[in-house]
Order: sequence, then structure tokens, then C-alpha cells
Amino acid sequence: MNIIVCVKQVPDTTEIKIDPVKGTLIRDGVPSIMNPDDKGGLELALRLKDSCGANVTVISMGPPQADVMLREALAMGADRAILLSDRKFAGADTLATSYALSGLCRTLDYDIIIAGRQAIDGDTAQVGPELAEHLGLPQITYVADAKLLENGNLLVHKENEDSVQVLEVEGKCLLTVLASAFDARYMSVSGIMEAYNKEVEVLGADKIDVEEGKLGLAGSPTKVFRSFPKAMKEPGEVHEVTPEEAVELIVNKLKEKHII
Amino acid sequence: MDFSYSKTEQLFLQMIRSFAENEVKPLAAEVDEQERFPLETVEKMGKLGIMGIPVPKQYGGAGGTVQMYIMAVEELSRVCATTGVVLSAHTSLCMAPILEHGTEEQKMKYLPKLASGEWIGAFGLTEPNAGTDAAMQQTTAVDAGDKWILNGSKIFITNASYANVFIVMAMTDKSKGTKGISAFIVERGMPGFSIGKKELKMGIRGSATCELIFENCEVPKENLLGAEGKGFGIAMKTLDGGRIGIASQALGIAQGAMDETVKYTKERKQFGRAIAKFQNTQFQMADLKTKVEAARLLVRSAAWKKDNGIPYSADAAMAKLFAAETAMEVTTKAVQFHGGYGYTREYPVERMMRDAKITEIYEGTSEVQRMVIAGHLFK
Repeated sequence: MNIIVCVKQVPDTTEIKIDPVKGTLIRDGVPSIMNPDDKGGLELALRLKDSCGANVTVISMGPPQADVMLREALAMGADRAILLSDRKFAGADTLATSYALSGLCRTLDYDIIIAGRQAIDGDTAQVGPELAEHLGLPQITYVADAKLLENGNLLVHKENEDSVQVLEVEGKCLLTVLASAFDARYMSVSGIMEAYNKEVEVLGADKIDVEEGKLGLAGSPTKVFRSFPKAMKEPGEVHEVTPEEAVELIVNKLKEKHII
Repeated sequence: MDFSYSKTEQLFLQMIRSFAENEVKPLAAEVDEQERFPLETVEKMGKLGIMGIPVPKQYGGAGGTVQMYIMAVEELSRVCATTGVVLSAHTSLCMAPILEHGTEEQKMKYLPKLASGEWIGAFGLTEPNAGTDAAMQQTTAVDAGDKWILNGSKIFITNASYANVFIVMAMTDKSKGTKGISAFIVERGMPGFSIGKKELKMGIRGSATCELIFENCEVPKENLLGAEGKGFGIAMKTLDGGRIGIASQALGIAQGAMDETVKYTKERKQFGRAIAKFQNTQFQMADLKTKVEAARLLVRSAAWKKDNGIPYSADAAMAKLFAAETAMEVTTKAVQFHGGYGYTREYPVERMMRDAKITEIYEGTSEVQRMVIAGHLFK
């Protein structure tokens, strides 16, 4: 079985601030990490590898610095790493990104593609589902568990807000995965020792199955107009009172704030 | 000179720091409070290859460097000095002498199980009357044809009650003094070998420090480590390496106390401002930070020499002396910066100060380190 895992290098948003004037992320000095949901996806792939001997290929699109994240994936147990890196990919929105990734996937042998649910920098949750559409694959999002059945099908738990759907999928498919469901393993010391002895294949646009006009900024219909930090809401108060007391309390609060 | 970490070391640092933060730190207070050996952590370290970092792959290790091993001891000790010394004693005092002085059969028999963490290692040199004066060994080993018979006892043995393999020094010929000392590989369960009382300690309270008792203990002939009469040299060389590990432990404790103090002094307000804003805090912390970095360079330099086959005995002694005294100074001042809270178990600096003290004592006291350094200086 061949599994492709899509991973993205993102700034560690627990340590990031937003420029109050420009409204953009201040990335200077902020460490880069493997996107947590993608790491969860890699963990699922590695568990399938542990249980049934799959071949795991991690793919990413990004600047050459993403190399270190792919080395981390190799040290965790991935077999092969490919980085799409080319100026022609620059400025890509989710559509152009998923299109480029689909061009790479078409050149690879695969049975399952696993992506993280969403990246912590963009929070769109679009790239995985769009990739499935480009490739004409069935997709299951918000995956919390997946096992290979004896008949070769996958049994997948899809986590909805208030329920879990158990689905059996036959043939090629794409899954998007939740980090919270897959506690990712650490890199092993021997994996780390080998990580830089392996090759991270770096491919440009000419090496994948795509039309150049659909890549990068030119292929991106989405334009970010503005981003800004959300104002923090004050913590709420809980009062356990009778309905009559509640009315009085609310009226007084509204008067206090000069609303009525 | 290149002071930067290699790409492989950077990846390793990322892993070990995350492991220490997520798996080791949450247990540190409990391990200390309950004087409990962190066996579950050792099992996790075994699975990840941390228990066999500098052991070559052909013996089941990760094939890493001494530099990586000491990075691990530092990062673990930064959050839990007990876990740091478990790894240090296992690696430097048990696996290293087997690797450096063992026969091929001994290496194949012991290293794979030790490097995988299935077995834990320990080292027995110290006796009630042979501490700093390690040559005064009373434990004896008598050649009984097809086996050695050991009699005597060892004290203050790190990892003892959980260890499976012990490197033990014993007198095979009292008339020859230090040249009559030999080293043996003793396994838990060998007839006549038992673990004695557990010490109740000031710090590193989770590490199992016990007595070893040999009563007509039968050790197979092939378990002599190195040649007969070479045990004292093996012990001294082992301690040279061990000192780099303990220096890293001290460095980790110092760094952990620095981290806690920076965080606390930025949060704690007195006289209307954070105490980190006072120049007294800033100047004292600047001095401590300088010492911690100086200790780190000494430790890394000693490890670099060991990795590159350059003699490092004096370097290891200097690294341990300076790092241990720095750890004691940093942790004592860290408690002072925390004031009354620092004296309570609510904050980890209280534990760190207790943990730091042992680094000035074991694997050669600070006085022994000065003897070693002076010995190299005036030879």
C-alpha cells in the first residue's frame, strides 16, 4: 500500500503576534513547525505502515526551508519526501496550492492520500478537500480513526460535532485528519541519524503534471483583503438566580453600560 | 571553530527538548516527592533509542555522538535531574566501559539489551572505605577455576535496584595495590549477589541509590572486563567519560533554574514593578547566564574531544568542576530570587537546589576534579 501525506511548514502560532498596523503575521524569530493536523495525518500513515507495511511518502509545497520539516517526517518514519519548490508556485491560494499538489500526486503511485484538516496559519481547511476534487477521489474529512480491513477497504471514523460516522471506503480515497485524534510519535534517535542521509526530492513546476497558468498568484482567485486580530471578549459571569432576579440583574447591567 | 549544532544535532535537540517538556517535566515533582524511580520514562526512552545514543548500530545503538548524548542529559536534567542521572549512569558508567574494554562476545551479549533500554546499567566502585580514595578497595574476587568468587559490598550505586548489569571493581591481588584491581560484568540474579539498603537522599530522590552485596557471588570466567589487574585504569577512564555526563546534568539543572527564574522575576511584582526590572536582578542574572554559557562551552568541548578521539580527562574534570559549582550557585540564587515561594515545593527551584548539590560530590568530588586538573597541569 502506498500512502501520500501532505504536510505544511507553518509558524508556531502559539508564539506569533500580528502587526497591528499592517495586519499581517510577524514571522521574524518565530520558529517553524510541522502543521499539527498534518503531523496527525503522518501519524495515521505511520500506524497503517506499522500494522500493514505501507510505503509512506510525505509531500509539501513551500520554500527550501521546508526541508527541515521533511527531515523531521523522515526521522519519524516516512520513507520518501518530496518538496515542490519553485517561484512559479509563489502567491498560491488554496486552489492553486491544491492544484499543484494534484499535479505531483498524478505522477506518484498511491492508494490513500492523507492531509491535515487545516493549517494553523491559514485555517481554511480547503486544501485537502480541493485536492480530492482535482484528483476525482472520494474524501472523508475530520477523520479520527482509520483501519485497514481484511478485504482491503478502509474503515474510517469521521468525527462530526455531535456524532461519529463509521464509513467503509473502497479504492483510492483522501482523508483529512485531526491532530487531536492522533498523538504523533517522536522522532527516533536512529531515524534522526538517518534523516540527512536520505534524499529530499525538490521538484519545480516543470516536473509535475500541471498547466503553468493555473499555478501561483496567476492561478489564485482568492485575494486576502485584510487580516486583523480579533478583540478579546471579556470573560462572562454566571449567576444562579430565579427568573425574576435574572430580569432585574440584566436590566441593571444594561443600565450600567448605558444601553438602556 | 564551528560552535553551531549540526543539522542532525538540531533535529535531535528538537526531539529531546519536546520529549523532556512533554514526558519528563510533568513527572518531576512526583518522582522527587515519592522517591520513585521513573521506570515508565526509561521505557519510553528505550523505545526512542535515547538509552543507546552513542552505541554503534552493530551493537543495537543509535550510532549517535557523545555530543548528542550529553545534549540529552542536559535537556532531561533541565526539567528532572533524576531522569538525567539515570541516563548518565546507564550510558557513561555501564555501556561505555563495555564498549571500550569489552570483548566482542561481551559487547554482543550486553550492549543490544542495554541500548534498547530493555536492561538498565549501573557501576560499582565506591565502598564505605573507598570513596575519593578509590584505590582502597576491600571487595575481593578470587579465581575459582571456571568462575570468579566475589565478596564485599559497594555503596551509593545509582540505578542499583532497577539495573540488570553492573560493572563492578574488585581486588584480584591485594599485594599489587591498584594494579591488583580488576573489573567484572555482574548480572542481576547471579548467585550470591543482592541489592542492599536504599539511601534516603537530599536530592535526585527518584534515582535508586543502593548498596550492592556480594556473598560468595559467582561470576562466570568470561565476565572479567578487560585484562586482570586493569580494573583501576578502566574505572578511572570510565569516570573521565562519566564526568562529561554529570557536567551536562549540572548544566541542565542550572539552565532549568535560569529558565524558572527569568519567568518568575518577569511575573512577580514588588514595589509596583516586576522584580526583573530591578538592576540587582538584572546584574546577578547576567552573571549567572555568563557562567551557564561558559559551563556549556566547557562541556561541549570535552564531548567534542571524546567524539574525536582526543584526550579529554582534564577537560572533563574542568567541565564537571565548573558546571557543578555553577549549578549550585545558580540554583541557590534562583531560590533567593523566588523569596519565600522559592523555599516551598510549589516552585521547582527548591528541588533544583537540592538536586544540584550532588553534582559537586558524585563521580569525583569538586576536590577530586581539582586534583585531576592539577595533575595534568604539573605532570
